[in-house]
Amino acid sequence: MTEVKRNPIPVLRVRDLKIYYETPKGDVLAVDGVDFELFEGETLGLVGESGCGKSTTAMGILQLITPPGRIVDGEVLLEGHDLLKMPEESLRALRWLKLALIPQGAMNSLNPTMRVSDQIKDVIIAHEGRAAKKGIKERILELLSMVGLPGRVYDMYPHELSGGMKQRACIAMAIALNPTVIIADESTSALDVVVQRVVAQTMLKVKQMLGVSMIMIGHDMGLMAQMVDRIAVMYAGKIVEIAPVREMFRDPKHPYSQLLIESVPSLKERKPLKITEGITHDPRNPPPGCIFQLRCPFVMDRCRVEPPPMIEVKPGQQVACYLYEPTEDGSFAHVADVAGNP
Amino acid sequence: METTDSSRSSPAAVLVAPARVNKRMGRFNRWDTPWLNSKLIIGVAIISAILFVGIFGRLFWNTDLAFTGSSPLNLPPVGVTNTLTKQVGTWEHPFGTENSGRDMLALMILGAPNSFLVGVIAASIGMSVGIFLGFSAGFIGGRVDDVIRVFSDVTITIPALMVLIVIQSVLRQIDLTTMALLIALFAWPSPTRLIRSQVLTMRESGYVQMAKLSGASTFSIMFREIMPNLIPYLFASFIGNATGAILAAVGLETLGLGPQRVPTLGGTIYFALNSAALLRNMWWWWGLPTLLLAIMFIGLLLINLGLDEVANPRLRQSSQ
Amino acid sequence: MSQMLLEIRNATKVYMQRGMGGGKHEVVALQDFNLNIPTSPASIITIAGESGSGKTTLAQVVLGFTRLTSGEIIFEGQDMSQADGKQMKAYRREVQAVFQDPFGVYNPFYRVEHVFDTVIGNFDLSSNKSESRDMIEEALNIVGLHGEDVLRKYPHQLSGGQRQRIMMARAYMVKPKLIVADEPVSMVDASLRASILDVMMRLKEEMGISFLYITHDLSTAYQIGDKIYILYQGTIAERGNTISVIDAPHHPYVQLLVDSVPVPDPDIHWEGEIILPPEEEMRTSISSGCRFYARCPKHFDRCLTAQPPLYPVGDQGHEASCYLYDEKAVALEAKPL
Repeated sequence: MTEVKRNPIPVLRVRDLKIYYETPKGDVLAVDGVDFELFEGETLGLVGESGCGKSTTAMGILQLITPPGRIVDGEVLLEGHDLLKMPEESLRALRWLKLALIPQGAMNSLNPTMRVSDQIKDVIIAHEGRAAKKGIKERILELLSMVGLPGRVYDMYPHELSGGMKQRACIAMAIALNPTVIIADESTSALDVVVQRVVAQTMLKVKQMLGVSMIMIGHDMGLMAQMVDRIAVMYAGKIVEIAPVREMFRDPKHPYSQLLIESVPSLKERKPLKITEGITHDPRNPPPGCIFQLRCPFVMDRCRVEPPPMIEVKPGQQVACYLYEPTEDGSFAHVADVAGNP
Repeated sequence: METTDSSRSSPAAVLVAPARVNKRMGRFNRWDTPWLNSKLIIGVAIISAILFVGIFGRLFWNTDLAFTGSSPLNLPPVGVTNTLTKQVGTWEHPFGTENSGRDMLALMILGAPNSFLVGVIAASIGMSVGIFLGFSAGFIGGRVDDVIRVFSDVTITIPALMVLIVIQSVLRQIDLTTMALLIALFAWPSPTRLIRSQVLTMRESGYVQMAKLSGASTFSIMFREIMPNLIPYLFASFIGNATGAILAAVGLETLGLGPQRVPTLGGTIYFALNSAALLRNMWWWWGLPTLLLAIMFIGLLLINLGLDEVANPRLRQSSQ
Repeated sequence: MSQMLLEIRNATKVYMQRGMGGGKHEVVALQDFNLNIPTSPASIITIAGESGSGKTTLAQVVLGFTRLTSGEIIFEGQDMSQADGKQMKAYRREVQAVFQDPFGVYNPFYRVEHVFDTVIGNFDLSSNKSESRDMIEEALNIVGLHGEDVLRKYPHQLSGGQRQRIMMARAYMVKPKLIVADEPVSMVDASLRASILDVMMRLKEEMGISFLYITHDLSTAYQIGDKIYILYQGTIAERGNTISVIDAPHHPYVQLLVDSVPVPDPDIHWEGEIILPPEEEMRTSISSGCRFYARCPKHFDRCLTAQPPLYPVGDQGHEASCYLYDEKAVALEAKPL
């Protein structure tokens, strides 16, 4: 994790993205108006529990939503070009060249009948043409060594590799074309702790070397703390808070972020267990107002009426919660109440 | 104690939301959506219509007309003229008659249920044997499993129709039930294999382990935990088997190897072919039973596809 | 003897696996494993390890789903490793389980109440309807749920956390002496995990039920566990009190493991880089000697001779299976030759 000098121009900009899944009982609002920016060289973490729409958001950015899902609305601007308006042809070229994906189960995303090197070769040739064939072996060996794999892997088939090695081969494939943005979807969550650490450190190293921007999707807050620069917390299809990683861990604002941070078990001290009710609404029919109202310990009347807008509480830290609505004197309206009356 | 409090202090919120969800879910309980797919509905409608005519048709139509000589010979259907005899169709025999004076409508009213009867008997026997063997193989495993698997695999490779032709030509005079029993000899391997594989999968499932932990006996695990989840598969397999059995029966009848005493659809086609109905331009004689059989098979196929959708949720999504 | 609720002695489980070429080879899932759970006070014993460490095999063996290749499982003085059906049923009244997948353990055909009805029916827990209803309600209340909210629903209508708590309630209703909890929180969302861990704590403290808590996640074990056994490829690497083992790990593997858990603090980073020898990653480990040899930064020749026994490394039974802590040898080595 590096201190990022933030380039004011975002590489990727997602505006009001809405992705719905059609079901016989009505549309499931998987992603319901997601807004965020990804700056050059930064790693953004997208966290939330299963079903909150974090993976769907990634698939939406990559334009890989398949029926019954569909993108209802929004913009995905990659260096100023709206991916949603692009023909499939140019998208396909863009997908490896600019936008690379490290998928969830690497074991399943590699073709078992092809050597790892041939798969990387295919990716390069498909996008750069036959001319790239010259010196391609050296190039692939370099990619492999960048992700910490020995040269022998060049001639190996996926089944000869362990899970962590396959995952790293996938990283090598993802960076083969020097993409602008890498999306890593839970790419280490199926691995054992030690191997997870190796893969995560590989990802950090590669990111630093190439200076690419990265979106990391995951649910492990500990891993997020180690890997990302900013965190966006998603709940039920919406981003409820975006903040630099330090702010998020020191001083989370949204009640849901607070809950997430508090529920990270520690290896340093025994904490009392924080119990919450997991009542969620029907994703086809979200209640009016704030989406977190059913679980929120601070819920107020107006939370049930109108969804809270994103409020900037600190530079770079935005939260969708009425607790932080500024009053005329600049203080937050409800924070005092909450503190005095838990 | 604080913990119980925190979960109790929110029942207001807790109760409002699930109650609403509950009402919606209540309407969509598990029998609803998957079972009400259009294929299944149309298929069931077609088969019920044919069965209805077959069962209640005899109340509205004199089925004695199916006996030889009960009607004029070679009469065409209503609105058609027999090109050879120049006879014109009448409403007394709306579907026409054949060359020994049997009324086509009466033949079909009697023939259709007979075909179904063969299918149902053969499929039921095949199914029962399949359930027994499939569960034994899946649950007992080891040698029993090996023997059952080898037997069913071998039987499935035997060309059933050929063997049936040989047996029936030796037996000559047979009735519907005997034919059904003979066909059932070949109807058990596919349900056996299906049930065996499902039992093997479900046996490892979490709920079977849970039932074991709850002290449930093997018998109760088979019939209370596994069997209900097999229902869609059993239905689909039953319909598939019945279709196969009807097809085999019709094949034998068309070759003249079916029961001679009772009117059957295949038998009617056999007589038509035997009496040169094609040359005599009496298309209704062989055409109408063929058409009825075709509709029947389409109905059965639709039911089978519909049940497949129930059993495999993945197919369900793609069709919507 | 009567002091121990459960004793596992020299438990070894070997699976035959078909290789790629059709040849068979043995996989040792558990080797000479020993474990004691005292009758009282009730405790939460954690079995921690990576995939392939044998922890799930251990759960299956304790629950009587698979039989040991050799060794004994002694429950209240009676060897259960060769138990017949009747003994097994009696045993299951005392030893219950909660599994990892909170969905698969429900039969999709039935409503949630079926889970309770099966237990009550098979174990004759109650004599009439209203008694069983009270029992179910009491068990559900323990886990913070109410019958009217959940019993008439189908499992897919409940959240993962609720489903898992219902499984806890079901296990509790049998009033067992031991619950095997096989990764009970790993498929439950982070914000709901605490409620399940809390139920485990309360069942231990208020009801005197012991737990065999099987997990890959050291941090939840740290929060609730009393004793911990850390497994590596079927053998114990280190055992002792949870806090002392995790605060001061001695076995090189356990040190690596504890060190690799990502710290939820952006200012504390992983120290240094570890390089896994690819052979080791692929688990083609040696059969004699210490199984961690290839990966161990501190290995020496003796490690190849035999699997190291457990050497005491701290108080209250803190032991590590590593020759580094063989005091006699250390003393010998100190002498110049």
